[in-house]
Amino acid sequence: MDVAAGEAILSVENVSLAFGGVKALSDVSFDIRKGEIRAIIGPNGAGKTSMLNVINGFYQPQHGRIAFKGKQRSQMRPYEAARGGIARTFQNVALFRGMTALDNILAGRSLAMHANFFWQLLRYGPALSEEVAHRKRVEEIIDFLEIAHIRKVQVGRLPYGLQKRVELGRALAMEPDLLLLDEPMAGMNLEEKEDMSRFVLDVNNQFGTTIALIEHDMGVVMDLSDRVVVLDYGRRIADGTPEQVKRDQAVIDAYLGVAH
Amino acid sequence: MQFAARADTSAELADTFPKLLIQNAEILRGRPAMRHKDLGIWQTWTWDAVFEEVRALSVGIAELGLARGDKVAIVGTNRPRLYWAMCAVQALGAVPVPIYADSVADEMAYVLDHAEVTIAVAEDQEQVDKITSISDRLTRLTHILYDEPRGLRDYDHGRLQWITDVQARGRAKLAAGGAAAVWLASVERGKGSDLAVILYTSGTTGRPKGVMLTFDNLIVSARNGNLFDDLGRDEEIIAYLPLAWIGDHVFSYAQSYTAGFCVNCPETPETVVEDRREIGTTYAFAPPRIYENLLTLTMVRMADAGALKRRMFDYFIGVARQWGEKILDRERVPLFARVLYGLGELLVYGPLKNRYGLGRIRVAYTAGEAIGPEIFRFYRALGINLKQLYGQTEASVYITAQPDGEIYADTVGTPNIGVEVRIADSGEVQFRSPGVFIGYFKDPERTSETKTDDGWVRTGDAGLLDERTGHLRIIDRAKDVGRLDDGTLFAPKYIENKLKFYPNIKEAVAFGDKRDFVTVMLNIDLVAVGSWAERNNVVYGNYQELACHPLVYDMVEAHVREVNQSLAGDRALVGAQIRRFLILPKELDADDGELTRTMKVRRGLIGERYAPFVRALYDGATQATIATEVTFEDGRKGVINARVAIRDIGPPAAMEKAA
Repeated sequence: MDVAAGEAILSVENVSLAFGGVKALSDVSFDIRKGEIRAIIGPNGAGKTSMLNVINGFYQPQHGRIAFKGKQRSQMRPYEAARGGIARTFQNVALFRGMTALDNILAGRSLAMHANFFWQLLRYGPALSEEVAHRKRVEEIIDFLEIAHIRKVQVGRLPYGLQKRVELGRALAMEPDLLLLDEPMAGMNLEEKEDMSRFVLDVNNQFGTTIALIEHDMGVVMDLSDRVVVLDYGRRIADGTPEQVKRDQAVIDAYLGVAH
Repeated sequence: MQFAARADTSAELADTFPKLLIQNAEILRGRPAMRHKDLGIWQTWTWDAVFEEVRALSVGIAELGLARGDKVAIVGTNRPRLYWAMCAVQALGAVPVPIYADSVADEMAYVLDHAEVTIAVAEDQEQVDKITSISDRLTRLTHILYDEPRGLRDYDHGRLQWITDVQARGRAKLAAGGAAAVWLASVERGKGSDLAVILYTSGTTGRPKGVMLTFDNLIVSARNGNLFDDLGRDEEIIAYLPLAWIGDHVFSYAQSYTAGFCVNCPETPETVVEDRREIGTTYAFAPPRIYENLLTLTMVRMADAGALKRRMFDYFIGVARQWGEKILDRERVPLFARVLYGLGELLVYGPLKNRYGLGRIRVAYTAGEAIGPEIFRFYRALGINLKQLYGQTEASVYITAQPDGEIYADTVGTPNIGVEVRIADSGEVQFRSPGVFIGYFKDPERTSETKTDDGWVRTGDAGLLDERTGHLRIIDRAKDVGRLDDGTLFAPKYIENKLKFYPNIKEAVAFGDKRDFVTVMLNIDLVAVGSWAERNNVVYGNYQELACHPLVYDMVEAHVREVNQSLAGDRALVGAQIRRFLILPKELDADDGELTRTMKVRRGLIGERYAPFVRALYDGATQATIATEVTFEDGRKGVINARVAIRDIGPPAAMEKAA
């Protein structure tokens, strides 16, 4: 997909974020274009997750502006972000452990449910027909992510790789315009990583979802992403295609080179 | 006769699958022919609906250009459209060639090339990618059809087509008129003696062989099988075994078309147990491995259950072991035992069978390998009519099977209807039947090695007919039976199977031909031993670490000693007891060529690959190191370095006594 000329779905301008005296982000600017897979990389403590939390509305930056789908905003809460079409997964899986995979993903549909509380309580009338419609969408996601065999298994009993997949399913259930993935491959073995990579690509390809992902595995990042932004100590040190970033001296110094 | 009374209502005249389908669409109109679970809901196609689907697909495929006698590869798991594609192709006089879905690209390239395939029907992106990656070696291939469109949207659709689009074109052509008559004429041209299918057998040695079977082979064998087990249109089966395997081809295709029963395709390969439970199959077929896994899983779960449940389970399983088989075989059983068994059925067996999806089962077969007598009896004790069957691709499955009520754990039953069995002077089992294959595709040499001039087929298995019961007993592959240096009979598979009957042991490879004594290399079962490790606070990171653990060695040594004890009880095999063993640091894998696709060990190849181990087993060393190559799922290769301990069992006392 040609995203080079695409319009920005999200732009971050001169964002700074500090916790007390610790500067998590300083003066970071970049944009995410519609339909692309955008990676945010950097060494530990570079501010990647903080960046995601800012986009998500979980943190409020002290300085700078963020525009999502052309709308400027300074203050936003996570549920507003969710309603606006931003979904995310977490570095350490955040699912309802006692609920089944199916129910977890169905929970991702809750924003789209409109039947009033009374009908939902009775599970009758509009609430029932609504649930059937949502269930259909959820089943499509289950089929897509190939997790039919764990549909009715409690999430807490699943291996880590599958929990990650269920979490991705829940995010997809929101039918987001922008999907934020915080280390989707962390702690996975090679096979699980390959599966997850394929799902990420398929989501992007099939649903046209814009994806921003944080990832440590350089192989994954270079293979998956259209463009990469590199953070180090809260500052943006590079931004470009994987090839450009790979050759960037600042990146090599800060990150790739010193690793060995 | 029973046959006349029950026989497939379908006229005896239909001698090809497309003709059978046309009949079934008439006679069984409105009855379910196929189901597939999709998006969590079972979708059903009646016989008349299947007929419409197949005809549309067939006409669509004809548009692509397919001549009579052309070969069409079918690559994927059990999905309705892949089964329909077989019939659609046969209707055009072409020949389907089902291929193991988990073959790596190289294996697939050999078969596709050897079979001269012109069109490939693939399940999904994975299979399409595989075929595309080898397409430069497949000069004849003109089209690839696929069933599951996901991920394929952006592919070049020059010669790639979605099955649904092909069907749509077929429907359009049928609607335009004329095409239906042309199609029917094409079906009418087919006869029973035509080549129906080529099934490649994975084979324990050498390149796969393409077994050519006619419609007569398959249809007569299927009808005889239906008659043997009284199968009718009300059966429900689940199709989950490889399409390329003769078992699935006969059970899910030939028998379904002849008996008119419904074939259920699972949602995914991983959901089979759950799906089977929802359907409640009445007729089932599985290699012993499946039954072993189910039992292992049950035992592991029970070990984790509460004390009360465990005691209840143990007690009633005891009752079942004592009375269950007798009740199943309709023998005379005291009233109290019946009552107790009834209570067990309510509390334990019923729920357990329901878990397995075997609650409604009438006939269940195990075949392909020997099944452990303990495992076999366990299922029978629960009231499941599990029987053994001995078959081959070359026989269209059926050679022998156990008739109801005549079950002996160590035999594979009596010859099936229409089958003659004889034991050659060499001890090899040979048979003659209507199901005997035409030959191996493009391989007259191996065909004449296998078929005798008078129409008998050499099975390559050593066996004997039990004098008392007339049942056949299989000992080992004829060519694998060897001798120790002192002349003792060495039947490796016999020893391996005895070991594999322990849930902790997944695979065993025995050595001993032309050697002083017998040694074995083992694979532990990660589920069973892993669960044991958890309960005993044994810490391990991966298979290799667990396999090397001294406590695991102790446990396995106890199993080996028990096997030796049972060998000591057999006059011919007393000298073939196991002296030394080791546990392999890696699981044997079909991707590394160590197992066949049907999960049989390739002894020769393993002996070569692990040559340092074999040497160490015989030179008295206490440990051995090796660097062995492994193939990852994506086809990349890596190397595992490992050092393993070797356990010496020593010459057992029983042997000296016998000597």
